[in-house]
Amino acid sequence: MTTVDHKRIAVLYGVTAMILMLIAGVEAGVIRMQLSSADNDLISAARYNQMFTMHATTMVFMVIMPLSVSFFNFVVPLAIGARDVAFPRLNALSYWIFLFGAILMHMAFVVDQVPDAGWFSYANLTEKPFSINRGLDFWAIGLLVMGTASVAGGLNFVVTIINLRAPGMSMMRMPVFVWMTLITSILLVLAFPVITVGLIELTMDRNFGTHFFIPAEGGDPILWQHLFWVFGHPEVYILILPAMGIVSEVLPTFSRKPLFGYPFIVFSGIVIGIMGWAVWSHHMFTVGLGPVANSVFTITTMLIAVPTGIKIFNWIATMWKGSVEFTTAMMFALGFVALFIVGGLSGVSHAISPSDFQQQDTYYIVAHLHYVLFGGSIFGIFSGIYFWYPKITGKMLSETLGKLNFWLLFIGMNLTFFPMHFLGLNGMPRRIYTYSAEFGWENMNQIASFGYVVLFVGFVIFLVNIWQTRSSRFVSHDPWDAPGLEWSIASPPPPYNFAVIPQVEGLDQYWIMKDRAEAAGTPITEPEALVDPSTIHMPSPSYWPIFTAAGVALIGGGLLSHYALSFVGGAIAMMGVIGWGNEPPAAPSDEH
Amino acid sequence: MAHAAEHEYTTTGLSHRKMLMWVFLGSDCLFFGSLIATYMVYRGQSLVGPYPIDIIDVPLTTVSTFVLLMSSFAMVQALAATNADNKKATVIWLLATAALGAVFIGFQIYEFNAFKNEGLTLGGNLFGASFFTLTGFHGAHVTLGIIWLVAIAILAAKGRVGSKNALDVELLGLYWHFVDIVWIVIFTLLYLIGGFDVGPVIPGG
Repeated sequence: MTTVDHKRIAVLYGVTAMILMLIAGVEAGVIRMQLSSADNDLISAARYNQMFTMHATTMVFMVIMPLSVSFFNFVVPLAIGARDVAFPRLNALSYWIFLFGAILMHMAFVVDQVPDAGWFSYANLTEKPFSINRGLDFWAIGLLVMGTASVAGGLNFVVTIINLRAPGMSMMRMPVFVWMTLITSILLVLAFPVITVGLIELTMDRNFGTHFFIPAEGGDPILWQHLFWVFGHPEVYILILPAMGIVSEVLPTFSRKPLFGYPFIVFSGIVIGIMGWAVWSHHMFTVGLGPVANSVFTITTMLIAVPTGIKIFNWIATMWKGSVEFTTAMMFALGFVALFIVGGLSGVSHAISPSDFQQQDTYYIVAHLHYVLFGGSIFGIFSGIYFWYPKITGKMLSETLGKLNFWLLFIGMNLTFFPMHFLGLNGMPRRIYTYSAEFGWENMNQIASFGYVVLFVGFVIFLVNIWQTRSSRFVSHDPWDAPGLEWSIASPPPPYNFAVIPQVEGLDQYWIMKDRAEAAGTPITEPEALVDPSTIHMPSPSYWPIFTAAGVALIGGGLLSHYALSFVGGAIAMMGVIGWGNEPPAAPSDEH
Repeated sequence: MAHAAEHEYTTTGLSHRKMLMWVFLGSDCLFFGSLIATYMVYRGQSLVGPYPIDIIDVPLTTVSTFVLLMSSFAMVQALAATNADNKKATVIWLLATAALGAVFIGFQIYEFNAFKNEGLTLGGNLFGASFFTLTGFHGAHVTLGIIWLVAIAILAAKGRVGSKNALDVELLGLYWHFVDIVWIVIFTLLYLIGGFDVGPVIPGG
């Protein structure tokens, strides 16, 4: 509860996100059951709306983002040779705010007033006259609370990466995963304030009588779309860049070859981060912004495929003539590349605004987004889990179960989402709770629903795999012969990470060290020796982060129930900050 | 809090906290940018009055803007006094900054009340909604700054603020100057330019 250790916070993020993934997975299951036959009345249209809204919101904000942040937390300090993040207590605060925000939003189920306007909650569907219960207030305030956590986390990682690198680790010697974390963090810091303003305006419309998005009073629902997608498109890259970073670590390790075109991968990541701000209106082609806007955003969107393509070619070239080893982590990374190409190609097809008019709001879009978010982000994350699990726990996940896990997810994913391309082009709209048998959509939907079953079994196998490692043996500190600094220390790493802060001489530092030792006839077989932890000053545990986070969550909870509660929350948060300020960040003996 | 900062190793030589503050201010820029964008999009879109020309009082707000700008001057003096280890001057200038900020907030409360009496409300029209939201969030930033100033002033009075931990005051200064600059933008757009807007703009008319 009081930990500030980045490795333990990483595990907290990971476990929380996995639990939320199960919830979102069940929601997806309800959706697939409902759609598995024509004219089905398993659940009502209203319930169906709640299911797809919460499935998407949970997967985006409470599963993929925190899983990525979990890797940021675990890997980044180790990969840059640091003892912790720059602000360990702020890091703990981010986690607790995220957790409380997620709980707050899921309270909507307890009172059965569930958000139901889709993950982008377009105005003016979200206004009081069209959505009378508190569902969307839960949505908006839950996201506001979690948004503060994301910004705090983003700030922390920007400073950590720029300011806490080991001596000798210049920017161009940083592992690609660290680079992608930096770019993602900058996007988080800059994109979240925009959605914050949108959510504040929405909350004010619903609770304080303003008319920001009500056309009858002169308001403009399109403003919500702009605010949402100015945030929303960088958000898409927030979801995918970490997975690209993971894959860029895994592919070289199992190809026994440095990453091909490292500077190109880094700079395409930067270009994606910048251009991600110039494409938002491709989500709004059918709004009627006019031919100029549509043409411009078509061109910028097609241009952003260029840096993405550069990355893909570099990944493929990394494997070229390498001695490729097909571990589970590697297979997930390959799955990522393959599925991301499919999703990328369908993406280019609706970057073209005339063809988007055909595809807008159909299952074609659902297919596309699941190929990039499931085939992309989730496969990247699974690759990372299989890759770093031995470092996190000291134990290996079973490769046999792992391969089964991979194939079930890979086949299930294609069974579920590939037919959706056809459904979309045959005109099946998104977000309809049922359809008539005459449309001829039933077969494809049945295949998709069967695919869900395969996916579900795949996830169960994954959980079994995690469970069975309880009794397995500890493995070497460097089971993959990997290039990153994180593999030079014991598994699991000691609280202080590095007894001696390493001196970095180049990219893939641990390969450099191992090669030199090999050449000298003394190969490295042991991790860095452990030392007495009391000789290294580490930040001490603190209960102020969880205290302050509780205050912040109460402010949000108060807005949903009783305003008085918000003032209590504000007072608690203020007390937390004061207590925080008066508490020395490290043990008193650390003060000189 | 203060002591660790002096000895920490950083790659760039800049302290973590200073970098955090700069990145945070970057984030806050986008926050105010979005609020200002909302105001600009809805300029001239209100269907009913009161309109800016009816109520905006440029001379009055010019005075409060001047007061806020002077508080930045006091803030600079406070930092200089901190660096010179002049405890008394530090406390006085910090409190002066807070007091000038409080006067600004006083003006804002008076202005909000006056506008309300003239019929401008959050729910009345888009001008009211976007005006109160933007200036309200700015006022909240100033208020937080005042609390922060008073807190540091108390520490300074106890002799816990000096050249060794001048960073504590410097960060506060960065935040305070930023909030000031945001106000200059708001004052220009909402008062000097937008303050004379009359009635709704009919598209194409």
